[in-house]
Amino acid sequence: MIKSIFCGPLKLIALGAEAALYRTCFEDLDALVKVRLPKPYRDPTLDKMLRSRRTELEGKILAELRLKGLKVPALYYVNLENALLIMEFIEGLTLRDLVFMKGGQVTKYFKYWGVFTALMHETGIVHGDLTTSNVIVKDEEIYVVDFGLAKYSNKVEDRATDIHLMIRAVESTHYTVKEALLKAFSEGYKEVLGEQTFKELLEKVKEIRMRGRYVEERRMRKNI
Amino acid sequence: MIVLGIESSAHTFGVGVVKDEEPYILADVRSVYTPKSGGIHPKEAVSYFIEKAPDTIVKALDEAGIAIDKVDAIAVTLGPGLGPCLRVGATIARALATYYGKPLIPVNHAVAHVEIGKLIFRFKDPLVVYLSGGNTLITSLSEGRYRIFGETLDISLGNFLDTLARELRLAPPYVVSGLHQIDRCAQEGRNFLDLPYVVKGQDVSFSGLLTAALKLYKTGKVNLPDLCYSVREIAYSAIVEISERGLAHTGKKEMLVVGGVASSPVLRSKLEAMASVRNVNLGIVPPKYAVDNGVMIAWTGLLMFKHNISVRPEEAYVKQRWKIDQVDILWAT
Ligand SMILES: Nc1ncnc2c1ncn2[C@@H]1O[C@H](COP(=O)(O)OP(=O)(O)OP(=O)(O)O)[C@@H](O)[C@H]1O
Ligand SMILES: Nc1ncnc2c1ncn2[C@@H]1O[C@H](COP(=O)(O)OP(=O)(O)OP(=O)(O)O)[C@@H](O)[C@H]1O
Repeated sequence: MIKSIFCGPLKLIALGAEAALYRTCFEDLDALVKVRLPKPYRDPTLDKMLRSRRTELEGKILAELRLKGLKVPALYYVNLENALLIMEFIEGLTLRDLVFMKGGQVTKYFKYWGVFTALMHETGIVHGDLTTSNVIVKDEEIYVVDFGLAKYSNKVEDRATDIHLMIRAVESTHYTVKEALLKAFSEGYKEVLGEQTFKELLEKVKEIRMRGRYVEERRMRKNI
Repeated sequence: MIVLGIESSAHTFGVGVVKDEEPYILADVRSVYTPKSGGIHPKEAVSYFIEKAPDTIVKALDEAGIAIDKVDAIAVTLGPGLGPCLRVGATIARALATYYGKPLIPVNHAVAHVEIGKLIFRFKDPLVVYLSGGNTLITSLSEGRYRIFGETLDISLGNFLDTLARELRLAPPYVVSGLHQIDRCAQEGRNFLDLPYVVKGQDVSFSGLLTAALKLYKTGKVNLPDLCYSVREIAYSAIVEISERGLAHTGKKEMLVVGGVASSPVLRSKLEAMASVRNVNLGIVPPKYAVDNGVMIAWTGLLMFKHNISVRPEEAYVKQRWKIDQVDILWAT
């Protein structure tokens, strides 16, 4: 059924946590097929719900951001029944690999990433999984991918969660060069939404990070 | 090389003796304080520990068949845990080290839970899924430390299950014959109810699920087993999902699960299903070593001692909130 719409073979390029990703040809375009596979460990109703909801939201948000002029893959096709999306294939290296190759010399892209994130927040969308694997660098520009956990929100809490996830991803994966990278990201973000907004966001990030610890303390007290 | 380790961070005064070659574990003796009611009363725990300590240490040396002068170093838990409890072990370890002229090794309890798991499964570099009463986190070794890749944004999985069971009047006791009350109640559940499933990046959040579940329960219009089933499916699936994200992100081929909640047979089978699809070696630490013990402290102490890490007794302070990512890990390649 699906196979017939492709003009070339499907080449598996990655097995993400949620989805299988194939590179192929679609309507003569260089395309990426993202299929959210059923998970054997989930209740079937829950499984179907998560896969189709996330596919739907990812499709909507990709289309919307693209219309607003942000650099995300162009959306070509959506099929909710099979939890499948077809989008533009972005040929390039992930920011993660670039950091591994060049260390702190890639601050420029972190600044772009900060700009992107602020513009995305401004349009009322949060990403939900900001990691360096989800940023692709092509022709000196960055593209952000994987909107499977994204949602519509203007809440400071949700925006701060984006920043928290980004910081933690950088801290856990690129520890030795984190300072310079995080600084560049914040510069980009501030350029769009201003010093003050970013400061408030960081306050909220601190609060989010403390929450886990409060819980520990509460538990200890309960034990006592 | 032989190391004696002392654990006293919560309920257990444990003493282990280990060696750096087969059979590794020479002795494992534990004295477990059980409160008459409720949680730990630190004062009671402390006097229990003080009473049991000398015997526990002597028994461990007997079991290992050695005299204390054959021990190369004394390891002790300095945190995290309850201050008064930690101080008993620390005081005794300082005294032993000083009196017998042995190096003293400061061990982090959470790191020890991980290292004993690695020894049991002979794992080199696993993704670690840590699911105890107090912790829900995904960690793995990167640039010399256990870095946190994912965690709960609010309450731990264990705390979530226990609180829910209590509020639904299914507990205490929380666990009966190896099955948590929520798993037990879920057995008769058939219909999946749509409740909040929250994964953010590599993090989970359970407080929204808890609130929504209790709200639904209070309407009185819901079938309890269906509620338990749905909540359980959501909570466990979210944990398996962030574990899978951790694997995809780090590319690790081994996965080590530590902590009490991993005893759930339902969660286990979900983790197994995921690991087998991803072709990953899964090791779930068996209950005997998943709970607090002195062996894990001795073993971690041995790894540290081989890298010349020790502490002067007068500087061996307890650290109640010593987090896993604050410890330099020198012994892995
Ligand atoms: N349009 C695209 N063009 C080129 N590469 C892409 C594209 N979309 C995604 N990728 C690459 O494939 C990887 C996995 O994709 P994606 O993150 O969408 O899958 P996923 O299963 O949701 O991943 P995870 O859940 O593990 O974050 C990305 O990190 C990115 O490097
Ligand atoms: N069979 C089981 N199924 C599900 N949960 C279980 C089972 N057995 C124990 N638990 C849960 O495990 C948790 C306790 O785990 P554990 O003993 O590792 O933690 P702890 O020592 O209390 O916490 P920490 O080590 O973080 O201080 C409790 O929430 C308990 O309900």
